[in-house]
Amino acid sequence: MSQTVPPVLSVHPSRSLVDEKLKVLVENLPPGSPVTLHSLHRSEDEHYWEAYGHYVSDHRGIVSVAEDLSVGGTYTGIESMGLLWSMRPVPGSRKGLRLRKMNVRSPMLFNISVYNGLITEGFREQTPLASALIERWYMAPGVQRIDIREKGVRGTLFIPPGPGPFPGLLDMWGGGGGLLEYRSSLLASRGFASFALEYFNSGELESAELEFSYFENAFSIVKDHPQVIPDKIGIFGLSLGSIMTVYLAAESTIVKPLCCVCVSASHFYPPGKNLHGVFEVMTMNSHMIRVDENGHHAWRDMGLEIIKEPSNRINVEKINCPMLLVNGLDDQNWPSVECADEIAQIMSAAGKGDLVTRLHYPDTGHLIEPPFSPHFRATKFKTATGKQKVIMLWGGQTKPHSDAQEDSWRKILSFLQHHLYSRETPKARM
Amino acid sequence: MDRKQYCVKLSVQPSRGLMDEKFIVQVHNVPPGFQLTIHAFHKCDDGHSWEAFGHYTASAAGAVNVSEDPSLGGTYSGVEQMGLLWSLRPVPGSKPGLRMRKMNVQTPMEVSISVYQGHQTEGLVDQVPLTSVVVERWYIAPGVRRVPITEGGLTATLFLPSGPGPFPGVLDLWGGGGKLVEYRSALLASHGFASMALDYLTPKITIETKKIVDNQYFETAYRVLEQHPQVLGSRIAMLGLSLGTSVTLKLSVYSQVMKLRCAVCISGSHVQPPGGSLEQVLTCFRENAGKTRINEEGHIIWRDLLLPIPTDPTLKVDVGQLQCPLLLVVGEDDQNWPAPESAMDMKEMMEKAGNSHLLTVLSYPNAGHLIEPPYTPHARFSKFMTVDTRQKVMVLWGGETAAHSRAQEDAWRKTLIFLRENLYGGTNPGATSVSHL
Repeated sequence: MSQTVPPVLSVHPSRSLVDEKLKVLVENLPPGSPVTLHSLHRSEDEHYWEAYGHYVSDHRGIVSVAEDLSVGGTYTGIESMGLLWSMRPVPGSRKGLRLRKMNVRSPMLFNISVYNGLITEGFREQTPLASALIERWYMAPGVQRIDIREKGVRGTLFIPPGPGPFPGLLDMWGGGGGLLEYRSSLLASRGFASFALEYFNSGELESAELEFSYFENAFSIVKDHPQVIPDKIGIFGLSLGSIMTVYLAAESTIVKPLCCVCVSASHFYPPGKNLHGVFEVMTMNSHMIRVDENGHHAWRDMGLEIIKEPSNRINVEKINCPMLLVNGLDDQNWPSVECADEIAQIMSAAGKGDLVTRLHYPDTGHLIEPPFSPHFRATKFKTATGKQKVIMLWGGQTKPHSDAQEDSWRKILSFLQHHLYSRETPKARM
Repeated sequence: MDRKQYCVKLSVQPSRGLMDEKFIVQVHNVPPGFQLTIHAFHKCDDGHSWEAFGHYTASAAGAVNVSEDPSLGGTYSGVEQMGLLWSLRPVPGSKPGLRMRKMNVQTPMEVSISVYQGHQTEGLVDQVPLTSVVVERWYIAPGVRRVPITEGGLTATLFLPSGPGPFPGVLDLWGGGGKLVEYRSALLASHGFASMALDYLTPKITIETKKIVDNQYFETAYRVLEQHPQVLGSRIAMLGLSLGTSVTLKLSVYSQVMKLRCAVCISGSHVQPPGGSLEQVLTCFRENAGKTRINEEGHIIWRDLLLPIPTDPTLKVDVGQLQCPLLLVVGEDDQNWPAPESAMDMKEMMEKAGNSHLLTVLSYPNAGHLIEPPYTPHARFSKFMTVDTRQKVMVLWGGETAAHSRAQEDAWRKTLIFLRENLYGGTNPGATSVSHL
């Protein structure tokens, strides 16, 4: 083994929450030395993900990822977090992979390394000059995780550390189903008691909780929890979850959210029906699904057709709470921008335009998630109705989509903070 | 319960940090001018409870930032970013003479940071705070490997930084209390040094044979480090505190086997009986035990045992023969060893011998004997059991808490820079610099 002094690679902080930024620094290199910074992650389902950037050390022999230019790799430019958001499956991996942390009680481990020269492949076969291991957590210390099986409702409730009580959130993912905890545990780490709701198992329409009352019960469970403030509860939904969010805000007589966040939303829901109805309409229009040259399914056009039908629209003029609508302009899965346009229009016409805040991002796709996670333009998806797994086209280009995730998360937290945490009276009592 | 309470937001960044990293504590969403107490609580591994607190007044924007705003009272005052950790003290009613030392480095120190209404000084732990968070403080970074070492009859633990290496090495020695103390080595490995914590007073071999180890034990430790495939054999330093300094100085000057790249000596002395075995050093102390003083509180002061510093050169390590850089760290209020006097004498010897360019002395007013990595509580005195007498006595270490804590922070930073420059530097032109240390 070489007996020369290795460079010193440091990543700060070495343990962080997934929405926090990192400083990656390499020191003790020869000056003007071309090197490759590389990140590697082995997912829970045992796939490997990597990213890399090409750098040249300065006259002091230093590379600072937060300040220096990457001139090549999976990301270019001055990108302090490029080693995370530009990650993609290593060559030879299966197609259509998506990276999602299912067990939030353990961190994601990333190996950050520095290699000699400008390398583009074969990282695992070479020995780096130096490497460091970092932990990225979806859960802050002290956050409580509670399994919920109550009133027929299934999910996981995350409570922030401290005595509380805390504002609450009902958190719903989309048509892929299953129980995804990571956004809720992160929201709890940011001060909100958040309930990750499971409303159907992946690909199993039969298991789907179809009745509206299921969602109202879920909201009540949050409301009734001793550590939640009963009149400070919001709803957070993505995709199908945000359809439920809009529907609850508009139609429920029981559920009164204080505010809602809808990512890649739609305002379509066949009246008088339940979730089954939603899928029925989609099945009826499935001939409009466009399959692109890569064999990827884009549902956008089908969505456009569906929302043309006015009777399918939710009566959003009945909504009485602030709504934050987050959309990607390259959403290939659903015409969520057109939907957001209509929602804003309808609410404006009803004199409620100031309740709507819109965030829309160019070259951004459907899956707008917490920041610094990889971008998925197309991934394997088991549809609720179809028996097969297709590769669903979500849209977006990596760099703009990642910027959108970073910007929207910050704004979402600020929106929630403002509506759920703001002082009740302006008068100060000391 | 007042429903307005929920408004208060407390954040501590990072929520998981290394023991020597700073954190930023902020409170938001309180009324302007609101008086509050920020409180830290920790239950250590041996079950004792510790607390610290500062009194603050919120700004016009209804916020407090501990890094920028002064504490108006509590266990610390003034602008003290890390006051909530270094001013921790045992809760009222605790046994006297406690010292906080984390023996298990594989778990973090968990601290609860809370906000209470008003400027309060007692009974905080029994109240419900307005808000609180949990912070983890780690001695070991992710990826650092902990390797127990038993070869050559050693009782030691090697901590290897993450990565392929090879890494410069550090041989890490504590003082007269003995035991295998790992936390400083774990932290050094988290900063890129392959560090071996060595138990030399109570190792398995001494327990079994009842004999104090000789110089060969240390040379074996050096060899194990030198020959380790992930250690750069030509870049090994030694770091000693208290009695560990005596060993370090002796070996760095006289050992034929050890070729140290540099040495760090904290709170120690070069005064030793000639011949130089560890056993003889301990005997020398026993013989001078008559010079022990006791203060009004009944605390034992041992600094006079080696005083006056002898003028006879054969009674001290001849530091004029030292060939590697030496960093001396001394607390001017050290009540346990005459470290400041020894440092002055060493400086004179080296100036006479012409090698004083190798010497750096860091001397801290009002700092005591136990100069450790930063942000843990200061013990001005504590229960201590010397290895040979096996009696538990209350020993005075010295130091005034705020000054001592500042000294720890400064000394640790400079120790890391010293080790980095001497162990990592020197080969690449222009390639020595410091990171965010």
